[in-house]
Amino acid sequence: MATLGKGIREQFDWPLFVTASAIAVIGVTNLYSATSASSRIVLADLYIQQIYWLVLGAGVAVLVAAIDYRHFERFGWFAYGTGIVLLVLVFLLAPEIRGSQRWIRIGAFSLQPSELMKIFLIVALAKHLHNDPKTEGRTLRDLIVPAAILAVPMLLIVRQPDLGTALMCAFIFASIMLLTNLKWRSFLTLIGTFVVSAVPIWVFGLQTYQRTRFLSYFDMLFGENPDILGDGWHTYQSLVAIGSGGVTGQGFMQGTQSQFQFLPDRHTDFPFSVWAEERGFLGVILLIGLYMFLILWGLRIAYTAKDRFGAVLAVGVSAFFFWHTAINLGMVCGLLPVVGITLPLFSYGGSSVLTSMMGIGLLMNVSVRRLSF
Amino acid sequence: MSLLSVRREVGEFRKRYKWMAGFVVLVFTVLIGRMMDLQVVEHEHYAEIARENVTKTLPLLATRGIVRDTEGRVIVTNRPSYDVYLTPSRIREGDIERLETLMGLSEEARARFEQRLEEVPERRQTHQIRFFTDVSRESLAALETHEQDFLDDHGHSPLDVVVAPVRTYPYRSLGAHAIGYLNELRPDELAELRGAGYHLGDLVGRTGIERAWESLLRGRRGYRRVLVDEDVEIDPALLADDRPELVEPVPGRDVTLTLDMELMRIIERAFRGRASGAAVVVDVRTGAVRALFSKPSYDPEAFTTGLSREEYAELRDDPFRPLIDKTIYETYFPASTFKPFAALAALQEGLIDPAERVDCTGIYSIGTGAGARHPRCTGTHGEVDMRRGLVQSCNIYFYHLAEVVGIDRLAHMAQDFGIGRRCGIGINSEASGFIPTREWYEQHHAWQGGLALNTAIGQGDTRVTLVQLAMAYAAIANGGTLYVPQLVERVSAPDGTVVEDFQPRVRRRIHVEAQHLAYVIDAMYGVVNDDLGTAHQARLDHPGDVTIAGKTGTAQIGGRILSEEQATRAVYERRAHAWFAGFAPVENPQVAIVVLVEHGGSGGHFAAPIAIQVLQEYLGAREAATTASARDVLPPHGAHGDAR
Repeated sequence: MATLGKGIREQFDWPLFVTASAIAVIGVTNLYSATSASSRIVLADLYIQQIYWLVLGAGVAVLVAAIDYRHFERFGWFAYGTGIVLLVLVFLLAPEIRGSQRWIRIGAFSLQPSELMKIFLIVALAKHLHNDPKTEGRTLRDLIVPAAILAVPMLLIVRQPDLGTALMCAFIFASIMLLTNLKWRSFLTLIGTFVVSAVPIWVFGLQTYQRTRFLSYFDMLFGENPDILGDGWHTYQSLVAIGSGGVTGQGFMQGTQSQFQFLPDRHTDFPFSVWAEERGFLGVILLIGLYMFLILWGLRIAYTAKDRFGAVLAVGVSAFFFWHTAINLGMVCGLLPVVGITLPLFSYGGSSVLTSMMGIGLLMNVSVRRLSF
Repeated sequence: MSLLSVRREVGEFRKRYKWMAGFVVLVFTVLIGRMMDLQVVEHEHYAEIARENVTKTLPLLATRGIVRDTEGRVIVTNRPSYDVYLTPSRIREGDIERLETLMGLSEEARARFEQRLEEVPERRQTHQIRFFTDVSRESLAALETHEQDFLDDHGHSPLDVVVAPVRTYPYRSLGAHAIGYLNELRPDELAELRGAGYHLGDLVGRTGIERAWESLLRGRRGYRRVLVDEDVEIDPALLADDRPELVEPVPGRDVTLTLDMELMRIIERAFRGRASGAAVVVDVRTGAVRALFSKPSYDPEAFTTGLSREEYAELRDDPFRPLIDKTIYETYFPASTFKPFAALAALQEGLIDPAERVDCTGIYSIGTGAGARHPRCTGTHGEVDMRRGLVQSCNIYFYHLAEVVGIDRLAHMAQDFGIGRRCGIGINSEASGFIPTREWYEQHHAWQGGLALNTAIGQGDTRVTLVQLAMAYAAIANGGTLYVPQLVERVSAPDGTVVEDFQPRVRRRIHVEAQHLAYVIDAMYGVVNDDLGTAHQARLDHPGDVTIAGKTGTAQIGGRILSEEQATRAVYERRAHAWFAGFAPVENPQVAIVVLVEHGGSGGHFAAPIAIQVLQEYLGAREAATTASARDVLPPHGAHGDAR
C-alpha cells in the first residue's frame, strides 16, 4: 500500500482533478439557480443533496483511485455480475415511475443500477480485451464474447425501459471495440446489420412515446412549422433559454426561462440550458471547453497507460464522458432528440454523480500508475 | 510480463487515439457552432420569445357605451358579471371537490367541469383560465366565505374571481328589435375583424342600434403587461422592450336615442291581447322616431349570454316570428291606408273634382268578356264623394279614381311621399317596399287595367314598411315635408360631453299643395270623428281628448294553404292584417302613428283602438304635464265634422 500512496502523491493528476472539480462546482451553483425558483415544489434543497452526492462520490473516487487498477482485473467479472444482479432486482423491487422501472430504493436513497452498469461494463470489456491480446484484425467471431457482455445488461435496460441508457452502453461498447483492430469487412457487416435492423426496431421495439420523440425531433430540426406547442415544447423552450442568453448571459438567477419554469427538467436533462441562459456564450465556451479537455485528457491517459487493461479502462471512461456530454448538449440545442441522457457531474442525480465519480477515479488510477510497475 | 510485450500490446491502440481525439474535437466544434448560432446570431429572436414567455398581456376591457332614450332613461347598460378563473397548477387535493360543492354544481356540470380541467394542456397549467362565467350571487357568496380554504402554504389560491361587464337591458324585450343584441364573434369572422381590434371571445352587435353603432359603442380595449408569475424576483429591466406596459382602455361612446321608452310601454299595454303586430310613432315636426314596437319580441340579454340551440330554434320557429323586426325589415300591403295618397294624386293632378260623386252599389265592373272582373266593395255606400270615400273607405270610389288618374300618377305621388324607397333609418337592413308602375307590370306581367285599381286600394303589388308609412303620414300632417327618420339624437362621451348632436334631416318637400293636404286631413279627421267613419267606434269620448286624424286599413291576405300544419293555423293566418295610420293632435300635429295588428281583422276594429289609446295616453299625459292652457277643441275643418 505504501507504493500506491507514494504513486498517488507523486504522480497526482492535477489537470484531471481540477477539471472535474470545476465542472462539479459550476454544476452545484447552476443547480442552485435552476431549482431555487421552484419554491413550491420540493426541489429547493436539491443542490444540497447534490453536494452530499458529490462528497460521497469523491470518497468513492478516492477509493477507486487508491486501489491499483490491476486488482480490478481480478474483480472484473464479479463487478459485472453484481451489476447484472442489480439490474434483475430492478424488475423485482423498483416501483414504476412514469411508466418505467429504473430505481431501487435503499433507505432514503434511490439507486439507478443502469448508471453503475456502464462502469462495470467498461471494466468487463477491459478485462476481456486484456485476456485476449490479439493484434491481428478481429473478425465477427472474435466479437461474439464482447457482444454478449454488452447484450445481457443492455437487454435488461431496454426492458425497463430506458432506451437512452441502453444506447449509451452500446456507444461505449462501440468506442472500445473501435480501439481494437477490427477487420473492415466485420466493421461494414456490423454497420449493415444495424441499418437493416433499424426498421423492425422502429416498428416493434419502440414505445409510442419514443417514436413520438424521434418524429418530433425531425419535425423540430427540419419541419417548416415545427409543433413547438406540443411534442416539440421541451426542445423549443430549451432553445429559447440558450438563445436568450446571448453572449454574456442574463446573469446568475436572472434567466427567465428557468426562473419562470419554462424549461422542463431543469435539474436533470436541461441544466446546461440554465447555464447557457444565465452565463451566455462565454459561459458555454468555458463549460464545453472543460468537457472537451476532460475527454481529451482521458484519451491522453489511455495513450500513456502502461497496459491494455488500463488503456481500455481510460478509453471506456472517456467514451462514457464523451457520449454523455455530446448527446446531452446535442439534445438541449435541438440537434438530437430528447432521450434523457444526463450531463455528467453537472446534472442532478445520485447514481449519475456516483458513476461519473467512479469514472474520474478510474482515470486517476490509470493516470497515476502510468509509470509504476 | 516484460516491458516489451506491454509496449507492444498497448502500442496497437496508439494510432487510433488520434482519430478518436479528432472525432471529439469535431463533435465539440459542431456543438459550439450551434451554440454560437443560437446565442449570437439568433439571440434577438430567442430573447424576444423569452420575453413573450414570461410576460402576459392582461386585456383591460373597454366598457361598452350606454344607450338612453330621449328622456335620459337607460335602455342598455352594463352590469358586473363575476367570472371564476382557475390556475390548474395551483390546485391541490380537495380543491375541486370543495369548489364543486360551493358552486352547487349538478352531476352533469361537475363532469363537464372536470373534463375541461383535464383537457388543459401542460403549458397552460400555470395560466388563469376562465371556467365559470356570471356565477350566481349564492355561489359568489359561498366562494367568498370559504376563500381561505383554498390558500396553500404560500398564500396562493388556485381560485380567482374576476369582475367583467355584461350587457344588460333594463327594458328586457321591449324595443329589442330596434336596440338589438350582441353575441360572440365567430372564429371565421375574427380573421376579417382582427385588424379592427377584435379578439376571440369579443361580443359584437348583431342587430339594431347595437350593430349599427357598434364602432362607437364598443370603445377600444387596453392592456397591461405583467410577469406571468409575480413571485419570481427578477430585474424588470430584463423584460423591457418598446411596447408600453400599460395602455388604458377607451370606453365606448354613449348613444342617446330619439325613442321614448314610456311611449313604448304605452304601446305594449295597448297591444295586450294581440299576438303579433307592430307600431311606429314619429315626431312629425322633426322626423324623430319615438317608438319602434314589434311584437312578439325576445330578451336580448339571452342572446348576449348565449342561447342554447333549442332556445334559438324555438324563437326561429315561432309562428309569430319574434326574430323579425316588423317595423323596418318586413313589408305589408298598405291596404286602405294608401288611399290618402291616391286621393292626393288625383287632387294634385286636378283630374277629379273632390265633390264629384260616385255611386257605390257594392260591386264594380271592369273590363269586358272573359277578362271582366267584378271586385266587391267593403259595403254599399251609395253616393260617395272623395271625403266620404276616405271616411268610409269606399273601394268603388277609389276604383273609379284609379281609372281616371292611372297607375303611374298614383305611383308617382306615393313615391314622392317616400313609399317604396328605403327611408334611411339606418338599422336592421331596412326593406324598401314597392310601388308598381305600368312599366313594371308590362315587364313582369301582362298589363291589365284592374291592376291600377288594386294599387289604389293598397293591394296588388304595393308593399310598405311601417316606418315608411309613418314618415309619409308625418309628411301629410306637417304640410308636406318628408323627413329622414331620426333614431339617434346624440353621441356623448362617458363623462357626458356631447360628441355629436344630430339635427333633423329633411328628405324633400313633397309636391303637393296645402289645400289638397288640408282636404285629405279633414277627411282623415272624419275617419275617426264622423259617425260613419271606419274608426269612429274606436274613438274614446273623454272631454279634453286629443284630436286624431287617420285612416284605417284591412289588408287582405291571399295565398294558398300549402301544408296540413298550415291548415290548422289557416283560420288565423288568412285573417286580414288590421291597419291604422294617423296623427295627432289634428290642430297642431305632433306625432304620426302607424299600427299594424297581424291577422287582426278589420283595421277599424282592431288597429284603430290601439292607435287611439296610445295617442290619448301619450299626448294626453304630455298635455297635462306641460300645460293646462286653453286648447282649440275644434279641428280646423270641423265644419265638415258631422255634416256627412
